[in-house]
Amino acid sequence: MNWLEFSNHSTVSLAELPVLSVSQLRHSIMMRCREQGWRPMAFFGCRRDDGVRLFAILADDDHAALHAAAADFFAGEYEYESLTPQLPGFGSFERELFEQTGIKPAGHPWLKPLRFPRDAASGKKKTDYRFWTLAGESVHEVAVGPVHAGVIEPGHFRFMCTGEEVRHLEIQLGYQHRGIEKMLRQGDIRTKAVLVEKIAGDSCIANGMAFAGVLETAAGVKVSPRVQAIRTLALELERIALHLSTLSGLATDIAYLPGSTFFGATRTYVINSLLALCGSRFGFGLIRPGRVNYDLMPELVAEWRRTLTMVLDRTVTMGESMFNQPSVLSRLEQTGVLNAADAAAIGMLGVTGRASGVRRDVRADHPFSYFKISPIVKITLAGGDVFARGFLRYLEARRSLQYVLTLLDALPEGGLATAVPAPAPNSLTVAAVEGPRGEICHTMLTGPYGECRWYKLQDPSLINWYGLALAVRTEGISDFPICNKSFDLSYCGHDL
Amino acid sequence: MLEALKLRLKQGRQYIPDVTTRSPRRPFRGLPLIDESRCDGCRACVAVCPAGAVGIDPVHIDMGRCVFCGECARACSREAITFSNFHQLGATSRETLTVGSGITPEKYLEYAIACRKEIVGIFGRSLKLRSVSAGGCNACELELNACSNVNFDMGRFGIETVASPRHADGVVVTGPVSANMATALEATFEAVPAPKLVILMGSCAISGGVFAASPELDRRFLDRYPVDLYLPGCPVHPLTFINGVLGLIGRKFK
Repeated sequence: MNWLEFSNHSTVSLAELPVLSVSQLRHSIMMRCREQGWRPMAFFGCRRDDGVRLFAILADDDHAALHAAAADFFAGEYEYESLTPQLPGFGSFERELFEQTGIKPAGHPWLKPLRFPRDAASGKKKTDYRFWTLAGESVHEVAVGPVHAGVIEPGHFRFMCTGEEVRHLEIQLGYQHRGIEKMLRQGDIRTKAVLVEKIAGDSCIANGMAFAGVLETAAGVKVSPRVQAIRTLALELERIALHLSTLSGLATDIAYLPGSTFFGATRTYVINSLLALCGSRFGFGLIRPGRVNYDLMPELVAEWRRTLTMVLDRTVTMGESMFNQPSVLSRLEQTGVLNAADAAAIGMLGVTGRASGVRRDVRADHPFSYFKISPIVKITLAGGDVFARGFLRYLEARRSLQYVLTLLDALPEGGLATAVPAPAPNSLTVAAVEGPRGEICHTMLTGPYGECRWYKLQDPSLINWYGLALAVRTEGISDFPICNKSFDLSYCGHDL
Repeated sequence: MLEALKLRLKQGRQYIPDVTTRSPRRPFRGLPLIDESRCDGCRACVAVCPAGAVGIDPVHIDMGRCVFCGECARACSREAITFSNFHQLGATSRETLTVGSGITPEKYLEYAIACRKEIVGIFGRSLKLRSVSAGGCNACELELNACSNVNFDMGRFGIETVASPRHADGVVVTGPVSANMATALEATFEAVPAPKLVILMGSCAISGGVFAASPELDRRFLDRYPVDLYLPGCPVHPLTFINGVLGLIGRKFK
């Protein structure tokens, strides 16, 4: 069967979307993923009057293509054979599908709740859930959270250990669930830009770009190269800030104080640069559909060039020093390894995937915004250990800083605002953006009047948390903090 | 060794010598300035506010709901609402957070924080706080972390965040209090020995912010316990946090 082929940041008519039987769709997903290397980018159910339509959006990273198809479930037939046993990358998607629509992927190896919303269609309540247990006299459990020993978001970690060694880690999230997807579906989607910024504060630019991308694409308008450039600059600053913050945290966790304070203070320069542009250290208020609210004036360009040149110098100095210290390396190397086969199997996304050899970067694979005009080359490492995840963040921060400095020298001209009319009726729009942690994908379905029927959010952390669980197996439990920090995943982005 | 010294030199002096006088630079959006005489009653500001924070007749903004996105100021063609970069927004009563025409930074400072003798006496020289993130977007959490970094260094005032509620003198709540965090928030607060403080950090914690209408919240905790300090912002700037807490414990103007 043929899938509907399109590209990132584009709109297709729902009339052209192939709607198959459930078993056909399942079979086709299996074939494409196994034989052509496609992977799930979005996989969700949309409620209709007479049942649920399941949308599958698969990405073909080698050919910069996306593919969509759908299948209908009718009331009373909410079950199909799970894809996860053969394609583990669908594990979290199928759990989400079950929780949001009640469609049961039969044979799913571990169909546990994802976020515990109050109106879970699966009918599962928080108190119903029993954690995974290991049998054996020497097994003991360590339960941590949701409130952790620090200023950090809530999540529950349950370690099953023999002695000091972690045999299995179960991660249970959902504490940050605020019902954002439901709120996005109420009222005019075009008024939701501020809400979208609060999906995850440290990824506000990435989510803002994806949201603006969806609405602009669906309305058939293009913003000026200048708007694209300003958004892209902000996106890279957001990435640099988070990478430096992770490096600082990683240094803190191994008691390497120079790295902790140096990277921390360097990050401050980056987020203060965002404040100088738009009034917020996180970039809140900058991006709106059709426009950016603030222009990068010549004085600020000059200031950014000075500051970011200094930030690059500081980053390189500290990075070279830290990653050449034997005492640092001995803590990071071969700790918390997520091997390439496992990472590829579970579909790891973003910087943590690239540290395990998964060559996936939306900026390079499915270019969007200014990356279409001025490409960026992705970096991949093979090690998959804490060192690889830390070192790659250093390399990426450096590359992003160079990219930003180059772009500042050739900032394109253009208007700041374009009117965004209502979205095209009966359409499907997908916009994926490489956020600081990886692929952020927004999908919108519209109805006959161009009204938003369904809005789906996808944060890389939905997939990547399982990578952390795999990485800590056979590690000492005391190494969990540095493993966790090296992944630095989002709780609120996962929980929505 | 030599390299470590070179690094130290390059690091330079990063701390802000006096955090009580420094303000975030423009275009930071802090205290809204309202000029009633410019308002023509078009209600554009009310219509665009994503948090229901703006009202007219007379024009007012509830900073406890405001997410400081600036949409109202952009929507107002007559500049009846503008945002100043004044950041010392901490207040000890919920009503104080609603500001109307003619409120200037100087006036706001005069009444915003009512210093209570018992708080100053007990916590004035040492305040340990336990953070509870309850449905936030991680921006306030990152800013609370930043309060303790080398730039803002609130530890210099004896104010620190601690790991255990047993070691704490109060909780800092961030986020709109999701239903899934309600029990954990309550349990954490219960574990803090009395006397103890409740500090609400950010518009989400104060009012629910942009999530106020979500069915996934459970804010009953806030009905049960009195709040000692409200810190508006979205997110709360570290300077707002530090100055607000310093005001609460009577360390502000010495």
